[in-house]
Amino acid sequence: MRKIQITGLIVFLLGLVSFSLIPFIGSYQLDQKMVERKVKEEHLEPLIPVLEPMYGETYSSNFAFISDFNKYFDEYNEALKEAEEWDKVIWDDYVFELTKEASLGPVHQNPFWYLAISVGLGVIGGLMYILPLYRGEPEGIKNDGIYFSSMKSRGLLGIITGTWLILFYVILYWFPEYMTNLVLMVDPLSYLLSGNPASQWFLYGLIYTLAILVMGIRMFRKYRGNTYQTIRTASVMFFQLAFAFLIPEILVLLNKPWHDFKNIWPLDYTFFYDYRLDGMLGSGALGMFMLIWGIILIIVGVPLFTYFYGKRWYCSWVCGCGGLAETLGDPYRQLSDKSLKAWKVERYMIHGVLVFAVLMTLVTILNYFMEFGLLGEATNQLHSIYGFAIGAAFAGVVGTGFYPFMGNRVWCRFGCPLAAYLGIVQRFKSRFRITTNGGQCISCGNCSTYCEMGIDVRWYAQRGQNIVRASCVGCGVCAAVCPRGVLKLENGEEEGRINENPILIGNKSITVKS
Amino acid sequence: MIKRKKIIIIGNGIAGITCARNIRKKDENSEILVISGETEFFFSRTALMYIYMGHMQFEHTKPYEDWFWEKNNIQLLQAWVELVDFNNKTLLLDSGKKVGYDVLVLATGSVPNKFDWPGQSLNGVQGLYSKQDLDIMEENTAGISHAVIVGGGLIGIEMAEMLASRDISVTFLVREKNFWDNVLPVEEAQLVNRHILEHHIDLRLETEMKEICGDDSGRVDSVLTNKGEKIECQFVGLAVGVSPNVKFLKNLELDMGRGILVDRYFRTNIEDVYAIGDCAEFREKPGADRKNIEQVWYTGRMHGETLAHNLTSEDAVPYRPGIWFNSAKFFDIEYQTYGLVPNERKEGIDSFYWESDSGESCLRLVFEKQTEKILGVNSFGWRLRHEFFDKAIHEGWNLERVLTQLDKADFNTEFYEKFHKSVLAQYNAQEGRNLKIKKSSFLQRLIGSRA
Repeated sequence: MRKIQITGLIVFLLGLVSFSLIPFIGSYQLDQKMVERKVKEEHLEPLIPVLEPMYGETYSSNFAFISDFNKYFDEYNEALKEAEEWDKVIWDDYVFELTKEASLGPVHQNPFWYLAISVGLGVIGGLMYILPLYRGEPEGIKNDGIYFSSMKSRGLLGIITGTWLILFYVILYWFPEYMTNLVLMVDPLSYLLSGNPASQWFLYGLIYTLAILVMGIRMFRKYRGNTYQTIRTASVMFFQLAFAFLIPEILVLLNKPWHDFKNIWPLDYTFFYDYRLDGMLGSGALGMFMLIWGIILIIVGVPLFTYFYGKRWYCSWVCGCGGLAETLGDPYRQLSDKSLKAWKVERYMIHGVLVFAVLMTLVTILNYFMEFGLLGEATNQLHSIYGFAIGAAFAGVVGTGFYPFMGNRVWCRFGCPLAAYLGIVQRFKSRFRITTNGGQCISCGNCSTYCEMGIDVRWYAQRGQNIVRASCVGCGVCAAVCPRGVLKLENGEEEGRINENPILIGNKSITVKS
Repeated sequence: MIKRKKIIIIGNGIAGITCARNIRKKDENSEILVISGETEFFFSRTALMYIYMGHMQFEHTKPYEDWFWEKNNIQLLQAWVELVDFNNKTLLLDSGKKVGYDVLVLATGSVPNKFDWPGQSLNGVQGLYSKQDLDIMEENTAGISHAVIVGGGLIGIEMAEMLASRDISVTFLVREKNFWDNVLPVEEAQLVNRHILEHHIDLRLETEMKEICGDDSGRVDSVLTNKGEKIECQFVGLAVGVSPNVKFLKNLELDMGRGILVDRYFRTNIEDVYAIGDCAEFREKPGADRKNIEQVWYTGRMHGETLAHNLTSEDAVPYRPGIWFNSAKFFDIEYQTYGLVPNERKEGIDSFYWESDSGESCLRLVFEKQTEKILGVNSFGWRLRHEFFDKAIHEGWNLERVLTQLDKADFNTEFYEKFHKSVLAQYNAQEGRNLKIKKSSFLQRLIGSRA
């Protein structure tokens, strides 16, 4: 068994190394036909001569190609800007499309082979490591050695992993032209699903989904015997695979807008953007359903489900960000900051993002109905600030890249505006709570340590108080790791849910209010 | 208005710290100083094993952040008390410094028992109680391959689990017929036996250690058992109980038994001197089924709460613990107990025992034979609701009333197997009864209603 695992680890690392190196292989050559295929009609006339020096030239690396491309492209734009001929400036970004098109390399010829030696090896290696985990051991939570692990306790391996993830996200969001080879290798799969070539987002969606599936299987092993964890993990795996990955691609195949039916505004912050609204309104009955379903989720679904089950129904059962956090991020859950100070920062930040998202959306909708007159410029500005700072930097780079530094729920805890909305409902009008079992707490600290949201669960448990917190995503791990059976996630009567002055059972001498 | 006093508490465990916190809640003025040589800040002793196993770091075992103490005006001092001068109300610290007090609370905890085995002072032989013990255990077990644990109780099985988590093989010597059977009835004890074996621990029942042998460097290399067997090992864990940590108080005016003798108000024979927690020994048992020395986390906490009340109130109350409860975890199996569960058959007391098919969960309901009044419950691998059994036992519910409401007593995680059905089926079959638990409607189940 041990040998299979070590082989698996080596196979996984080979896959990871391939994945990291593939962007840098092959050569690039641009010709005029490619430009004609990929560039909008109105830009053809000026761009064809601008890029002329590149035609027929063979570039041995994407760095050289992209640098030349940017040089010619920027020179053209800069000259126009200097002359203040703003209407002639080309704002469209063609570097990704054209780099992908110009690729001559082996990836272009053998995409499946490269997919196999990168993502394929990663998945196979991962499974070889994961499936034998805890074989022949009795059921029970396995947290042995977590704080001796360099990967899981901010050691060198953790730092390397975090750095790799951050780099990956920076390239994905802002320099996707450097990963065109990776996108090329998933092109056939994308054609198969949606009939369209792959974008960097298709690549991202694919590895995101695979990460949730493979690491979901790890959850089944690690929490074996805990039915709640098993069902919950199966749920996030299903929603990611079906709702976030397959259905949207199939919609595109059917000429409908790409749509994730389980994503809810304001996490889905572009829901009310004009192109989304136009897309839905222009797609017949199904499009209308998308719009109405989306709005029902916001105004009825969130309050209703959260009233009955707490925000867990979304955050740790359905959501894609939550899905990744609960699977890929599970090894890092103990790294969240439990201090009172962190809680204060959290409340300002997450509600700040909620306010930002709501204001931005109001302006967007107003702008839509004013037919882009007065508020057009403001809307664009807001969209680009939000998209950059919150959508990309916070949710992506920090959200996932910081797993090995600050735990797996940094985005959900400090940034997600939907989590803020769900949290307000959960705190003030819900049947959900974590019940503390009388006086059985021994203050050991396992619950707080393994709370991914940084809730100091022990603070409540040791004073016999139910845990009612806006941020709790109901992952159930506090209850799972408790050695004395003190914690239970429950939906129950509202009466007595919040007990500010709890009494610990067991001492009849006096009544001590904690 | 309470007079401003200087209260010194020796010991920053659960008893001492609970006392300090609860004094501060009602008395803003008095000076409170907690002295401990073990650590600067309060930590959860029960969590020491998890540090060794890598589940947590020491930081995580501190129930309050470090700023908490200053904010609540509770002074902390890390020092060992060498001597108490009761006449002049002063303490002598290991630094040579003297500190005076008005009120002294002794909450010094326990030390591991040692029974004068030959070789018990060899390197690599130790008990486990304090943070220092844990640090030594870390050193003593570095790079070793086999260990022997002596003593079939809670600390023994914890040490076995700790070592096993680091792939150190363990021989576990238990003097009794079954694990912890001076507390557990035989079925429960055997359930734990099986689980210990499942974890590849070499469990030797009815086996005692006779001698610990060492090599030339003064380090343990084997133990001899009463069955004439020699077991090679590089570490010996002594887990044969604990005794009050009172050595530095001996031969003074303070009345001592095994611990510091106190009355129901935690008063010692010396005015303004109190003792709580593991180190206190009640002159009279605090309850019919209680012991004179109470050495669990929960009782330490209750002692602290009660004494704090008495020190801040005009009407002092005697210590009156409620229904007994305790819990533990044996490797992967959790154990809870409420009320009275004797380990052997007792006149006038009967019990109903159920075990799951897997043999990893069980429930024992103890009741008065004549009246069928419930007296206590043991559960393994099944979390029970404290509130439910505290009430049922206190009010003396009939056995069948408990059985038909077992669903409400269930504290297991959602989606877990509902054991109560199987319990009831067995009871009905044994007693020829047809008891039923009221079924909740689909809607009630959908919204998780307990009504």
